Amino acid sequence: MTSTVLDPTNERQKATRQLVARPKSLDGLTVGLLDISKARGDIFLDRLEKRLTEIGARVKRYRKPTFTKPAPIDLRHEIATTCNVVIQALAD
Amino acid sequence: MVTPVVQRLAKESGATPFTVFTQDDPSFPNGVDSIDDTDLAMSWHHNIETVPTLIRVEGGRELERTVGWVRSEWRSVTGVDDLGSELVEFRPGCGSLSVDPNLVDELRVRYSGSELHARRIEIAELEDDMEALFARGWTDGLPVVPPTESRVMRMLGGTSLAPQEIVAIVPPDLVELTVEKIATNAVMAGCLPEYLPWVIAAVQAVCTDEFNMHGVLATTMPVGPVIICNGPGTRAIGMNSGVNVFGQGNRANLTIGRAVQLTIRNVGGGRPGEIDRAAHGMPGKLSFCFAEDEVGSPWTSLASSRGLDSNVNAVTVFAGEGPRCVVDQLARDPEQLAKSLAECLLTVQHPKLPFVFDALLVVGPEHGRVFADAKWDRQRLIEFLHSQLQLSGVDIIRGARGMAEGVREQFRDATLPKFRPGGILLAHAGGGAGLFSAIIGGWTNGPKGSDPVTKVVGT
Repeated sequence: MTSTVLDPTNERQKATRQLVARPKSLDGLTVGLLDISKARGDIFLDRLEKRLTEIGARVKRYRKPTFTKPAPIDLRHEIATTCNVVIQALAD
Repeated sequence: MVTPVVQRLAKESGATPFTVFTQDDPSFPNGVDSIDDTDLAMSWHHNIETVPTLIRVEGGRELERTVGWVRSEWRSVTGVDDLGSELVEFRPGCGSLSVDPNLVDELRVRYSGSELHARRIEIAELEDDMEALFARGWTDGLPVVPPTESRVMRMLGGTSLAPQEIVAIVPPDLVELTVEKIATNAVMAGCLPEYLPWVIAAVQAVCTDEFNMHGVLATTMPVGPVIICNGPGTRAIGMNSGVNVFGQGNRANLTIGRAVQLTIRNVGGGRPGEIDRAAHGMPGKLSFCFAEDEVGSPWTSLASSRGLDSNVNAVTVFAGEGPRCVVDQLARDPEQLAKSLAECLLTVQHPKLPFVFDALLVVGPEHGRVFADAKWDRQRLIEFLHSQLQLSGVDIIRGARGMAEGVREQFRDATLPKFRPGGILLAHAGGGAGLFSAIIGGWTNGPKGSDPVTKVVGT
């Protein structure tokens, strides 16, 4: 005999999102650098900012309040509306 | 016994209609046109617990009822003054089939099952139930109880909350969490219905911004929710606060903690190797839940210290690692013993790292007695521990004592407390023999990490 059980999960299909096509060049684009606020992430991002500026990108810096929680929705929205590309960095 | 009474009421029912429902034999009572209720639908929906039950209905609404045979009440309900003169005054009735323990689960599904909204998943005849649940990724590595409708309905009997009530937003997927989903995972964990309010309270406590379940999952450190239960309800549901308190063998302790973890895994989506990034993890991430021994405690309870009355049922959740033992079999005065405890607390996470991690200190009864005899209350012990745990910067700066780990050079001349104010949580539990206590080290504390959360257990 078959048996029936209740689905114990959230029953949500994983949201699959289309990735934006990678730009051929960063020249003239705005690149957001998101520091997740783990120790020494800023050192890595400082270096990245220097390199990106050298190749003509505009750089904007952002920082999460804490690395242990997801980025606040307002911060995500700001990055999405002001940047063409984002780099999220973790260093430790 | 009431057959003649029923026959008379049926016969004289001209002005006042009289309807008889029978649960088993539609030909009973003899000579009365009764309505067949062998599927027990009428009995179920009218909450019949005893047969016979006599109900007076006017305009479709129930005005009064009586159960069994109580002559005066039957006369009052029917308005027939000389009813049943030939019978004794009182006889109790029998249990209704609609509450027969062998039938009640099936009836609940049949007549109340629509309260359950979850997707139904059929397991094929040739599939093994247990293996099917493993295959779907719903277990923590141990077998789970298949969450059938009847089991989930029975579990929901443990709470007064409605199945579709949303009681939390569960990380990491930030899903609206219904009582039904918690009950389903509680069934899988092996809970009894009376544990469900404790599971709900613990899930609500971990799903707060203060506790930060997302971070507790995502951290590479080996921590999980440690659930400390307080109040008389812990004894009513048979929780263990004594021998082998953190160990195996007690259903309530093990399954309440497990239900919380299964809910986070299955509803929240917090699975090891995905959002859960622990480098080592620990066995308590299957379940880490225990009751405080309040009856034998020299102190007020942990929940009391966090602002609740001692007769309130409550859970406190703490982001903690596995417990370890403090052995001191020689101290007979409180200062000596407290110094031993402090020295061991110093090593939480690393002896050169102050202020960032809290600790839960669980004092065993034989250690507790030393403090009780000396009349040290909870506050005195905690203050003494803090006084012993003031660290000189020069000893804990980076590189000091040959260890790279430590605080920055700028703190060389500072005195730094090992624990922040309120960073030592104190509870009393364990078996009656053994001069031991236990330390459960915490994770990053405060708004950047996790704060302990205490939540009252509902009904």
